[in-house]
Amino acid sequence: MPTEKNAAKDVIKGQSLWSDAWLRLKKNHMAVISMAVLALIFLLCFILPAIGNFNAPEDPAIRAAEHWFKNPNYQNLNNTFAPPSGHHWLGTDQSGRDLFSRLLYGGQISLLVGLVATTISVIVGVAYGAIAGYSSERTDSLMMRIVDILYGLPFLVLVILFSLLISEHMKELSEFLINDWKWESVFVNKYANLIPLFIAIGALGWLTMARVARAQVMNIKKQDFVEAAVSLGLKKSTILTRHILPNMIGPMIVYTTLTVPSFILTEATLSYLGVGVQSPNSSWGILLQEGSRYMETNARLLIVPSIVFSLTLFALNFLGDGLRDALDPKASKD
Amino acid sequence: MLRIIISRLTQGILVIFCLLAITFVLIRLMPGDPFTGEKSHAAHIIEKNRENFSLDKPIPIQFGVYLTKLTQGDMGDSPTREQKVSTIIKHSFPASLILGICSMIVAICIGIPAGVIAALKKNSLIDYGTMVIAMIGISIPSFVIGPLLASYVAMNVPLLKVAGWGDPFDWILPSITLGAMTGAYIARITRGGMLEVINQDYIRTAKAKGVSQFNLIFKHAIRGGIIPAVAYVGPAFAMLLTGSFVVETIFQIPGMGQHFVTATKDRDYFLLQGVVLLFGTLIVLANLAADIALVLLNPRLREA
Repeated sequence: MPTEKNAAKDVIKGQSLWSDAWLRLKKNHMAVISMAVLALIFLLCFILPAIGNFNAPEDPAIRAAEHWFKNPNYQNLNNTFAPPSGHHWLGTDQSGRDLFSRLLYGGQISLLVGLVATTISVIVGVAYGAIAGYSSERTDSLMMRIVDILYGLPFLVLVILFSLLISEHMKELSEFLINDWKWESVFVNKYANLIPLFIAIGALGWLTMARVARAQVMNIKKQDFVEAAVSLGLKKSTILTRHILPNMIGPMIVYTTLTVPSFILTEATLSYLGVGVQSPNSSWGILLQEGSRYMETNARLLIVPSIVFSLTLFALNFLGDGLRDALDPKASKD
Repeated sequence: MLRIIISRLTQGILVIFCLLAITFVLIRLMPGDPFTGEKSHAAHIIEKNRENFSLDKPIPIQFGVYLTKLTQGDMGDSPTREQKVSTIIKHSFPASLILGICSMIVAICIGIPAGVIAALKKNSLIDYGTMVIAMIGISIPSFVIGPLLASYVAMNVPLLKVAGWGDPFDWILPSITLGAMTGAYIARITRGGMLEVINQDYIRTAKAKGVSQFNLIFKHAIRGGIIPAVAYVGPAFAMLLTGSFVVETIFQIPGMGQHFVTATKDRDYFLLQGVVLLFGTLIVLANLAADIALVLLNPRLREA
C-alpha cells in the first residue's frame, strides 16, 4: 500500500517526454554551447540594429562619423578598406561601408530566409508525408513515387529557375502595391526581393521532411491508442490531426533544426552565384562573395563573415544532432 | 537483378522527362526570350528568329518539336551563342566531369576511413575529434574553403595555382574544395553504419572463431558497414555535379556551371535544356550505379 507521502514523491518523479529530453540535452556540452552561440547571434542580428537605430541621428554622414551603429548602406569612398578601429569595429569594405553593421543586417536576411523557407517546407512536407502515411497503400505508393521522382531532380537548378520566375512576377506585384495601394516602397522592395527565395527554397525543399513525416505516421498508426481511436469511431482527419500529429513533434523538431542550416547555405550559394538576395538587401552570401574578390589584399572582408557564417551553421547542426539524441534516441546518426 | 535495373531505368527515364518538361515550361514562362535584350534587332528579324526556333508556337508543340529532334540526336542550336548546343557541351563537359569524379574520390578517400576508424574507437578522443572535424566540414561551405585554400595553400605550394584548368595539378584544390563537405557526410554515415554492424551476431561469431582483427574488419564488418554510405554516394554525386557551379566560379574552371547560370539569365532556352538534360542523365546513372552496388554488397536485396 503506497502511503500518501510516497504517492506525492512518485508524482514529482514522473517525467514528461520534454523534461526528459531537456535533461538529456543539457548533458550534451556541444549542444548547450551551440544554443548559447545561436542566442548570441540572434540577439546581435535582430536586437542590436533595433537598439542602434533607435536614437541614431537622421543625417547619414553625421551618423557615420559619430553614432556607434552605422547605416549598413552608407558609402564613404574616402574611407574604403579601413582597418578595424574604435570607430568602425570591424573596419569598412570596398565602398567604405561599415562591415559590422553590414554583417548584422546580412545576418537578419540570411536567418530570415533560413527560418521562413524552413517553415514553408515543414508545413508542406509534414502535411504531404502525413497524408501519404495515413492513406490507402495505393495512394501512399503513388505519393511517395512522386517524391522519389522529385528527389532525382537537381535541387539547385530548380531553385534558381523557380526563384527567377517568381521574382519576375513579384516585380509586377510590388509595382501594383506601391502605385495602387500606396504601400511604402522601401518596405515593399525589401520583401519583394526575398519572397521568391522563401517560396522557391521552401517549396522545393520539403522532400526529406515528407519522407520523415511519413515514416513517423506509419510507425504511430500501428500503436494501440490509434486503434482505440479508430474503434471509438473517430473520423480519419480527427485521428490524424489530434492523435497522430502531436506524437510526431519530437522527430519533426529535430529535422527542422537540421533543415535551417541547409537552407541558409542554399541562400548563400544562390547569392554567391548572383541569383539570390538582391540589393538593397545584403546577406551573408553576398558578403562572402564580395569578400572573396578582395581576399588577396583585404582578407578580413572574407574571413570575418566566414567565421560568423560557419559558426552559425556549426551551432545549428550541433544543436540538431543534440536534439536528435535527446528527442529521438532510437534514430541512428544520419 | 535485371528486374531492378529495368525498373530503375524506367523510373530514371521518367525523372529525366519530368525534369525536361519542368525546365522547358519554367524558362518559357519567364518574361523575355533569347532575342530581347542587349543585342536588339529590327522587329522583323526578331520575328524571323523566333520562327526559326519555332518559338512562335504554343509551348506543348514546341516541346514536341524539341523531343522529336532530341530522339534524332539533335540538341538544337544556342540562339545567343550561335553555336550548336552539343558543341558547347562537348567543350565544357569534360572539365565538370573530371571535377565531379575527382571530388567524389576525395570524399570517399577521406570519409570512409575516417568513419571506420571513428566507429572502431567509439567514444574515444579519436572518435570525438573525427566527428567534430566532420561537423566543421559540413558547416563550412565551398565558397569559404575555396578562397581560403586558394589564398593560403596555392600561394605557398609551387605546383598549385590560384585559378585555372591546365594540368592535373590544377584539379587538386577544386576537388578538395568540392569534396570536403561530401566527405564529412560520408564519414558520419559510415560511422553509423559500422556501429550497427559491429554489434551484430555474425561479427561476434567471427570473433569467437578466432578471425584476426584485420580480417574481421576488412572481410566481415566493412561490407555491411558501408552500405548506408554507398546508398548516399549516388545522390551525393548528383549534388557534387550541380554544386560545382560555385567551385567553377571560384577557380575559374571552364565547366558547365557557367553555362547554366548565363543560359538562365540570357533565356537561352536550348542551351539550358541541353545542360539540364545532361545533368539529369548523369544523376539517373549515378543513382543506378549506387543501386547496383547496394545489391552486390547486400545479398538480401537480390531476392526482392
